Amino acid sequence: MDDNSFLQVKDLKTHFSIEKGLLFRRQVGSVKAVDGVSLTLARGEILGLVGESGCGKSTLGRSILQLVKQKSGSVTLDGKELTAITGKSLRSSRADFQMIFQDPYASLNPRMTIYDTLSEALQSHKEIPSSEVSAAVGSLMTKVGLSPRFMRKYPHEFSGGQRQRIAIARALAVEPKLIVADEPVSALDVSIQSQIINLLAKLSREMDLTLIFISHDLSVVKHISDRIAVMYLGNIVEIGPAEEVFHNPLHPYTKALVSAIPVPDPKKEKERKRILLSGDPPSPINPPVGCAFHPRCPHVEEECKKARPELEPFNGKSQAACVRLQALNTNSI
Amino acid sequence: MPLLDVRNLRTYFHTRGGITRAVDGVSFHVDKGETLGIVGESGSGKSVTCYSMMGLIPQPPGRIEGGEAIFGGTDLLSCSDEELRSIRGRRVAMIFQDPMTSLNPFMRVEDQLIEPLMIHQDISKADAIKRAIESLEEVGVPEAEKRIRSYPHEFSGGMRQRVMIAMALITKPELLIADEPTTALDVTVQAQILELIANLQKERGMAVVLISHDLGVVAGAADRIMVMYSGKVVETGETESVFYNPRHPYNRALQKSIPSLQQKGEELYTIPGMPPDPTQIVEGCAFAPRCEFADEACKSGLYELKASASEHATSCKRTQNKEIILTPNANG
Ligand SMILES: Nc1ncnc2c1ncn2[C@@H]1O[C@H](COP(=O)(O)OP(=O)(O)OP(=O)(O)O)[C@@H](O)[C@H]1O
Ligand SMILES: Nc1ncnc2c1ncn2[C@@H]1O[C@H](COP(=O)(O)OP(=O)(O)OP(=O)(O)O)[C@@H](O)[C@H]1O
Ligand SMILES: [Mg+2]
Ligand SMILES: [Mg+2]
Repeated sequence: MDDNSFLQVKDLKTHFSIEKGLLFRRQVGSVKAVDGVSLTLARGEILGLVGESGCGKSTLGRSILQLVKQKSGSVTLDGKELTAITGKSLRSSRADFQMIFQDPYASLNPRMTIYDTLSEALQSHKEIPSSEVSAAVGSLMTKVGLSPRFMRKYPHEFSGGQRQRIAIARALAVEPKLIVADEPVSALDVSIQSQIINLLAKLSREMDLTLIFISHDLSVVKHISDRIAVMYLGNIVEIGPAEEVFHNPLHPYTKALVSAIPVPDPKKEKERKRILLSGDPPSPINPPVGCAFHPRCPHVEEECKKARPELEPFNGKSQAACVRLQALNTNSI
Repeated sequence: MPLLDVRNLRTYFHTRGGITRAVDGVSFHVDKGETLGIVGESGSGKSVTCYSMMGLIPQPPGRIEGGEAIFGGTDLLSCSDEELRSIRGRRVAMIFQDPMTSLNPFMRVEDQLIEPLMIHQDISKADAIKRAIESLEEVGVPEAEKRIRSYPHEFSGGMRQRVMIAMALITKPELLIADEPTTALDVTVQAQILELIANLQKERGMAVVLISHDLGVVAGAADRIMVMYSGKVVETGETESVFYNPRHPYNRALQKSIPSLQQKGEELYTIPGMPPDPTQIVEGCAFAPRCEFADEACKSGLYELKASASEHATSCKRTQNKEIILTPNANG
């Protein structure tokens, strides 16, 4: 593996135990939310992370940021193994990585003005003379496209998009090197989505910020990402350059995902051929044996039910985890 | 007679910072079995419109200043709490933008699902649980029998959304109000859920009000579309007409902003300027300050929806007077 990589995730597993019983709680099973993910990101790279609800995107993001403890595997950020440090030294590293959540309503304290929220974040990171706090808050607000004259307002006085900008400003206050944005635009309308995407792209460029952008919407992720990783039931099943994944999907799940993107055109939308997946989404408690996608896969064969396929390169561009990778993609080009 | 007929609804919030005219004279109707899509900018009053009809506006600071919402002969805005309760959750159900606002974090999903059945219907607990499991299966929650015993936080965001949809549909409502029902879901599941809603609609003749910021979703699901801006309806018409012959510049700008229609690498198109401050009374058309077609006349006067022969209405005077003709976007 490449030693210059900025973020390195190795065989990361995060499981949640399911317990039963009121008095004597015993473990009856576990949710394998993240089940052996490996990833490498360069500094300043933007990775889009997509996949079905419940596939483990948020858990992967939270595990990388050490907001939830992994079962095994390692996360190394800028040469420091986050999974090996704890307590105080982990806390002091926290400024290096920040998370932005889907719901800007819930993640901001409703009783704090924007000034309070941002000055608290700034001062937690470094000492600022009190005479300069206001200017620092103002410049942070300008950076995310908010007018500093709104400084004394409360979150509920802002629109969803503006609140998301405040959340982004708060994340930037501690000058992080890595940001995990968990569905940062899913609750916003299209025009404001685009503003936030433009903003994140610009900030990442200007500040050399490494960004993991989680979304269930491939068409949103395509715009901002250098690479896209597609997750299915705790694993990455495909990863490659954004355009490649979008226009030339390799894994049958990615193909279905791309085909299901709604087209904002009523006639086309009614005629569109979707690959409709049959069957229920699998349970992360009892994942299917072999390829986790096989019960819903239109191309399933006996060998798919045997062992879990590993990511393998294809085309020199993307990687996908499918036993039939060659067979399914060679003649269709 | 339409199933739901809303006339001149006005809902304001009286806050420290002034009066927010969240919904300011909104009229629309929904027929049995049809889907009305509502689109519009964040803060334009889509949710408040629906909350008002459901009696869910926090008062104070909110107040329904006027209007009516006639559902099956009853005015939801002026009827007694008791009447409203018997309609809400049984004949009219709502799916919320944020699943956590309608799911109780301290109650097992099972108890929450059977609650509306136990309140509104004469049914034994065992039968109610059976129905609850069925409705979870219908919306594609795997291992429903086991997972029904879980608490909301034990589900992923998308699964919680399905639980909420199951809860809304369990009483077989005549009208379903779905506020961004699939925002949290990936497209393959979104496709399944929309299909599920469409099927139930066909089977039961259920009407749907679908709020979504995803024009793709609305394009596929809605029979008619209503476009809101700053507390008002600025355009309404049949889906194809609204897409192919936009009659309000905001609608056109909204379509132009769709990310999937734009090239990678370019900065995404965004509507210039900022949405209006909802506490300020705007003279003239509220969109005028951001509108590339606005002229001096747009900055004064009253703006009202006017329909052309095709029932495709716009509040834009310049389109009404045929001073401008909006071209559809390049995707057609
Ligand atoms: N605290 C927890 N306790 C138990 N199970 C959990 C917990 N958090 C997540 N899970 C489970 O782990 C799996 C992955 O959840 P996660 O939230 O990471 O999915 P996701 O891909 O982010 O989904 P979504 O798109 O719906 O947000 C799900 O099955 C979920 O139910
Ligand atoms: N409880 C409240 N107190 C004060 N103002 C409110 C309250 N609820 C809503 N508003 C205001 O009413 C207006 C309309 O809000 P609404 O939630 O209906 O917008 P929306 O169109 O649903 O937007 P979104 O797409 O972001 O969900 C906004 O200006 C909002 O700030
Ligand atoms: Mg998530
Ligand atoms: Mg809303």
